[in-house]
Amino acid sequence: MRVRMLAPGLLCIIAARLFAQDTADLLIRIKAMEARIQALESEVQNLKSEPGVAPPAPILQAPAPVVLGGAGPAAAKALNPDISVIGDFIGAAGYGANRKIPSLEMHESEVGFQEVIDPYARADFFISFGERGVNLEEGFLTFTALPAGLQLKVGKMRAAFGKVNTLHNHVLPWADRPLVNQNLIGGEDGINDAGLSLSRILPAPKGIFLEGLAQVYRGDSDNVFRADKRTDVSAIGHLRLYHDFSESTNLDAGVSYARGHSPFGDGTNQLYGGDFTLRWKPLRRAIYRSFVARSELVWARTTVTLPSLPFPRAATSKPFGYYVSGDYQFGRRWFFGGRFDRSQRGACLPTNPDTTPCDLPVPSTKLLQDTGGSLALTYWPSEFSQIRGQLRRTRYGEGLTANELIFQFIFSMGAHGAHAF
Amino acid sequence: MLVSIKFQTLAVAMAAALACASHAAPKINLVTSTQDFAALAREVAGDKVNVESIAMGYQDPHFVEPKPSFVLKLQKADLLAVVGLQLEIGWLQPLQTQSRNAKIQIGGAGYLDMSQYCEILEIPTGGQVTRAMGDVHPLGNPHYWLDPNNGRRIAKAFADRFSRLDAADAVYFAERYADFDKRLTAAEKGWEAKMAPYRGRKVITYHRSWPNFCERFGLQVVDYVEPRPGIPPTPSHTLELINTMKREAIKLILVEPYFDRRAPNKIAQDVGGEVAELMPSVGGVKEITNYFQLFDYDLNILVNLFQKLK
Repeated sequence: MRVRMLAPGLLCIIAARLFAQDTADLLIRIKAMEARIQALESEVQNLKSEPGVAPPAPILQAPAPVVLGGAGPAAAKALNPDISVIGDFIGAAGYGANRKIPSLEMHESEVGFQEVIDPYARADFFISFGERGVNLEEGFLTFTALPAGLQLKVGKMRAAFGKVNTLHNHVLPWADRPLVNQNLIGGEDGINDAGLSLSRILPAPKGIFLEGLAQVYRGDSDNVFRADKRTDVSAIGHLRLYHDFSESTNLDAGVSYARGHSPFGDGTNQLYGGDFTLRWKPLRRAIYRSFVARSELVWARTTVTLPSLPFPRAATSKPFGYYVSGDYQFGRRWFFGGRFDRSQRGACLPTNPDTTPCDLPVPSTKLLQDTGGSLALTYWPSEFSQIRGQLRRTRYGEGLTANELIFQFIFSMGAHGAHAF
Repeated sequence: MLVSIKFQTLAVAMAAALACASHAAPKINLVTSTQDFAALAREVAGDKVNVESIAMGYQDPHFVEPKPSFVLKLQKADLLAVVGLQLEIGWLQPLQTQSRNAKIQIGGAGYLDMSQYCEILEIPTGGQVTRAMGDVHPLGNPHYWLDPNNGRRIAKAFADRFSRLDAADAVYFAERYADFDKRLTAAEKGWEAKMAPYRGRKVITYHRSWPNFCERFGLQVVDYVEPRPGIPPTPSHTLELINTMKREAIKLILVEPYFDRRAPNKIAQDVGGEVAELMPSVGGVKEITNYFQLFDYDLNILVNLFQKLK
């Protein structure tokens, strides 16, 4: 009993002593500062009394800068967004078989508007002008100040399925998209829809970046999902892992799942994906040398309506596709790369671009396999322009073989913000 | 009995809280875009601030990859200090956005653009600024930390901001700044004395990284190995540069460690000169661990080469 009474009392005494000790220390420091100030005042008086000697500047104040801040004109755009235009010109020669790239085309002009909206959010808009129309490629609000480490995006955006689907054309290391994207993930437009995206950095061992992401969209992406009614929303999940092996080498890997209403039948379309990106970029030579290896694999489970069957007339098509690529920078302005593609697709099911002339009387779950390879050489006259030549050979499942030379010019005006890694 | 136990437990808890509160406030977590700012922050911060940086001293700070591992640093930052003037325009914004950290967004309490406190040179005046001029910095030259006067201003800005975030240690930060100021003033006298015989000497630099440094120590930058900022040397410009160097008896080329040495070496060979590989940042080599050593290292190289090139 006595011990129980004594313990808290002792602790109070110790705490009080510690508190008193801190206060005593603080008083000692204040007294030392006072003494120092008095000494300095005395020194200043002595100096002032000497003729022709200017008093010294206060020791605790930094000299006033000669010119404060940067250029004034920056204030002129204080409330305007950063505006950029990126032009993408493509030409093609050779036999394209099923793929209808024109001989010369101003393929895309992407206009970007990016700005902080308020202390809680920023907005990014990218409007894509093609030769035949205008499209809102992405337009979304990002809430940057949510609690619990969450981040919310609202708007129209490229879905976080795999890696290539998230990338704008001008960021790709090739003039085209891999066959698996063309056949199974909506091609150049990709899974791109209006919706909400919620993400969070997840607890992980030291040195591992782990991010979980969940997205809900209206459910309309050409050749991937179609929303016939409000409840036909699509959902995407993505888990991303990143690790630095060294300051030069890192791995970025992810798994993705997408589900929505099939555009080809009364049922679902489900996509399972894995993506891997290995980067090497030695920091001391970062502007001269780098290597990036990429791969993505996609499995689809697509409901297809087959009128030939008795009710319910639905079957499941199960195509699979992948690509593997490598890109090496061998000079400040030079990049060389190659890509291998292999992707199945449902016979008579449209792709983007559409390469499926259908000679079957009705759709079926028959799968065709396309295989392709590309070699690309890219020159950057500056950071703001690229010239690319790409040799592409594709053997289509119908038995046709395309051999093409594609050339591309990309040029950028204005302040286009950096894309995510 | 139960009341007595509860009272004792409460008393113990209060005593422990009082003991803890009388000691350290949580440290400020600072992330800087470059190691130079980290070094200056450490001069002022002492043991009150955790300091980390993103760009390494031996890499080109214009071209840093916005790796997700940097997001993990920024997620817990109380303060983000940046060079500004669009030096980080190619990589920092995605990191800030992905950090989910409201404090360090532009305009937030934890966002510190040091350029507003410093003397900025090469601010374009008159006429249009376009990319025909290369990868020009339209708001002024961002390599301003290479003037010790700006180093002083940066350190003062850190001291003021730390004091705002941790008022209880304001006196501590002020004392550390005063001490840094005193040491820097003494070091400056030594550096100026060392460079005094070479004031007015003409040099060539690879990139426009050295205006503040050269102005401070009296060197005159006549031309650049890059024909325009960000454009690699071309044969025609290289020939013009060789002619200029011969005509004006310029013998020294200053190059950062992350640029290719072939063109500067060839030019130096043709004019009978030397290439000085100067470090533009703390951490550029392992022996440069603080702001003072950066100037010691670079000025020693310059003095040795100027003596050799009499």
